Amino acid sequence: MTSGLLFASTGALLFALGLAGVILIAHLLRRILAFNVMGSGAFLILVGLAQDNDIPDPVPQAMVLTGIVVAVAATALALALTRRLHALTGEVELPRDEA
Amino acid sequence: MRRLLVGSGAAVFAVLLIGALLEPLPGGIDLRIAVASHMAASGVEHPVTAVLLNFRGYDTLLEIAVLLLAVIVILAGGLDPAVDRPRAANPILQSLARLATPPMIVVAVYLLWAGAFRPGGAFQAGAVLAAAAVLLHLTGLLPSWQRPALSLRWGMTAGFLIFLAVATGLLAQGALLRYPPAQAGLLILLVEAGLTVSLGLILAGLFLFLSRDPGDEE
Repeated sequence: MTSGLLFASTGALLFALGLAGVILIAHLLRRILAFNVMGSGAFLILVGLAQDNDIPDPVPQAMVLTGIVVAVAATALALALTRRLHALTGEVELPRDEA
Repeated sequence: MRRLLVGSGAAVFAVLLIGALLEPLPGGIDLRIAVASHMAASGVEHPVTAVLLNFRGYDTLLEIAVLLLAVIVILAGGLDPAVDRPRAANPILQSLARLATPPMIVVAVYLLWAGAFRPGGAFQAGAVLAAAAVLLHLTGLLPSWQRPALSLRWGMTAGFLIFLAVATGLLAQGALLRYPPAQAGLLILLVEAGLTVSLGLILAGLFLFLSRDPGDEE
């Protein structure tokens, strides 16, 4: 197993971990964190798989760099919406569906 | 019960995913050769920068647009009318932050300049600038931003506007963002300089607009 595949496998584990967190955790702040763990897993898979014979492929690396910045923006937006929800309702969890 | 179900589901998913990763890719497309063969025409010497700003410049244009959109949505959501509490100012921390800020700005400029031939570039430089602003805010030297003034709005959008102007200006070449090889390096530097300033302001804004205390409303 090369180091690239090790990175990719770790990424797969992180992705699954984050996915379970997004589904299970109701607290919005922790759910946003779980979502970020998922994103980091996806980035690790991309960077790891692109590292064939230890010569990196610049295209996935550029893609991951773009992805990180977009993830930061999405996280900030999610945090802002969570704060708004907290200010309006005092809750940090989304209301459950009654149906 | 639900925990167990989701947990085991995620575990199975992880195992399947790793199994798929271990399969050798059947004749994957090797983009390294394509990138390497076009480096001479890209205007920069570092392959990642060449991909970001030249070969896939479209992605980067949309990326700064996404960041701008996030800030606009946060501002449109309405900021809570909160008072900025003066923090307990620690003089040692403050003088340290004062000392650290000028080198951080120099590092940002270096990263921007280094992006042409080694790891670095507008995004790293912008992140360092934003970190300097956050550091100043956390030590109580820079108050959180209450309302974005006109100059701040222009600063945040400048990177996107410069990029868009360069992109549309190059439409005469036949396609969006097709740099003429002779001027590519200069144009990329111009775009990256604009991106650095805007990214620093946007990333700092994401923190400083949100760091106001809504707890004092009632």
